[in-house]
Amino acid sequence: MLTFTIRRLVLSIPTLLFISLVIFLLLELAPGDPTAAQPLTIPPEVRERLREALGLGEPLHVRFVKWIVQFFWIEPQVLLDHLFGTSFAEGKQRLISWQTRSPIMDIVVQRLPQTLWVVGLSYVVGVLIALPIGILSAYRQYSIFDQIGTFVSMLGFSVPTFFTGVLLIVIFSVHLGWFPSIYDTTLVVNSWDNFMAQLRQMVMPVFVLALFNAAQISRFMRASMLDNLNQDYVRTARAKGLSERVVVLVHVLRNSMIPVVTVIALGVPQVFGGAIITEQVFKVNGIGQLLITAIQANDLPMVQTLTFIFAVLIVLFNLIADVLYGVLDPRIRYD
Amino acid sequence: MTEPTPKVIPGSGGATPAGALTDPVPVTPPRSHWRDVWDQFKRHKGALLGGIIFLLIVLAVFIGPFFWSIDATYIDIRARNQGPSLAHPFGTDQLGRDTMARMMAGGQTSVAVGITAMALALVLGSFVGLIAGYFRKLDGPLMRLTDLFLALPLLPLLLVMVMLFRGSLNQAFGPETGIFILIVGAIGITSWMPTARIVRGDVLALKEREFVLAARSIGTTNTKMIIRHILPNVMSPIMVSATLGIANAIITESALSFLGLGFPPDFPTWGRLLFDAVDYLQQYPERVIWPGVAISLTVLSVNYLGDGLRDALDPRIRGR
Repeated sequence: MLTFTIRRLVLSIPTLLFISLVIFLLLELAPGDPTAAQPLTIPPEVRERLREALGLGEPLHVRFVKWIVQFFWIEPQVLLDHLFGTSFAEGKQRLISWQTRSPIMDIVVQRLPQTLWVVGLSYVVGVLIALPIGILSAYRQYSIFDQIGTFVSMLGFSVPTFFTGVLLIVIFSVHLGWFPSIYDTTLVVNSWDNFMAQLRQMVMPVFVLALFNAAQISRFMRASMLDNLNQDYVRTARAKGLSERVVVLVHVLRNSMIPVVTVIALGVPQVFGGAIITEQVFKVNGIGQLLITAIQANDLPMVQTLTFIFAVLIVLFNLIADVLYGVLDPRIRYD
Repeated sequence: MTEPTPKVIPGSGGATPAGALTDPVPVTPPRSHWRDVWDQFKRHKGALLGGIIFLLIVLAVFIGPFFWSIDATYIDIRARNQGPSLAHPFGTDQLGRDTMARMMAGGQTSVAVGITAMALALVLGSFVGLIAGYFRKLDGPLMRLTDLFLALPLLPLLLVMVMLFRGSLNQAFGPETGIFILIVGAIGITSWMPTARIVRGDVLALKEREFVLAARSIGTTNTKMIIRHILPNVMSPIMVSATLGIANAIITESALSFLGLGFPPDFPTWGRLLFDAVDYLQQYPERVIWPGVAISLTVLSVNYLGDGLRDALDPRIRGR
């Protein structure tokens, strides 16, 4: 198992390098000029020096290697310095955003908590809704509950999040006025009132994303339960007189969870991608919203870094899903 | 079982000993494969309803403008921001354009993008899947490529692609065709991977079957083999992928338009209409509802269609 994990970790390095190259080359085609926002009166040689100051004077491969070094070598050192008070990264050039002229990673770290709170919580809520629905609708296959569950989950992944979000805003913010339509990130939680305000503003984005996630996961849970419910070991368990509750919730559920857990792990990066839209709907200033503003402002280093962070998440969670599958299912041997 | 097994009457040999050797003759005519599929499909009420609704939406969107003669870009500034009335059943927008006409025009673009992007993704995916499954040497590299594409963050990349190529394609093909090509191309390139994987798996299994061996033994070339023998047998997963692909493409296009990185404002799509309506959310919430319901209903019906098609095309489920 350990050798498998190590092998997969080593294999993911060329994958990540290739992805970063693809993103880099794609952005290289960008027609936008970062100095376009400067006034037209500045002379061309000054403009050229401005471009050089942004690191654009170097040839392609030099810039790519520089980016790799900054991302994989210097930024981790900055993190170490921050954690342990050392000074590895002192005087070294960090990844700089063209938009704000400040280190990209600092902005990302500022934005990450909002995304993690909304996305993370919605995924947890989604899973918690999905599992019981999946179990029940498999146990009572073709019952009314199953039919409704099927319809709701079909609805859940057919209705796009930008419509459910807007619909919720129309109903609960415009008509009823229960929840705020804009997520206020400056809110500091230090009292009960603040906590309630935070809770109120999180309800809608979390619910929108949770519904979308629950729709997919409950389908997988149902299918996986159905696969197991007709197995011989279930009949054995019933035959030796175990209660129905134990049979379903212990024997069947444990075996059905194996594929579902990997699906849950695989879904995490997609959720981050999908959160871009939800963040836009509810004006949450997380990393998705950061990406959109960076794209609109032609801030290429920021776009490159953020896209690459999304890619790292995907590769990482694919790896986690593979390893989890091996850990949970003793029949699977990778070595 | 809906599929009746052909009734058999024993050969009318009778007294002669050779009678035992005469073949039994089926009395019912043979049923075609597609007839079976249709019979099973009909039993899935949701799928049937989904198919009908999808057809109705497509008809309304493409034939509707012949009956509803107001132009989608006609600006009647005196009649702006009107609610639903007989003259404008869905109301008018902030420039006095008729919302119903815009919904139809938007639907044409959305459905056209969905179908074209699906077709592109399907062609790409089936090609990669067939080649990877059939030629063992290409299997490794092509599947690694598929894995790499699956590891790409698709929505961010789509956004980046739209940002980068919008200008140059606009210049080359004009603003409308340019953005259409861009969005269809971008969605097609980023959504072929699941089809490729499914097709490859099926081809790998088919390749070991006897009829392929038989075809090879009479000297069938590889091209003929793929077109005549392999491709018709992997049509079922491809068709299921097609329906799911339409749904996916319509959602992706609306999402791009919703993020303001899709079609330009004077060129309505459902996503764009939704995006424009969000600004007037407080005053005219119904404007959000029309395009949103259109997108959701289309995607829902297509998904149900795909669900029924999958059941109908799966011979293990058929007849239950």
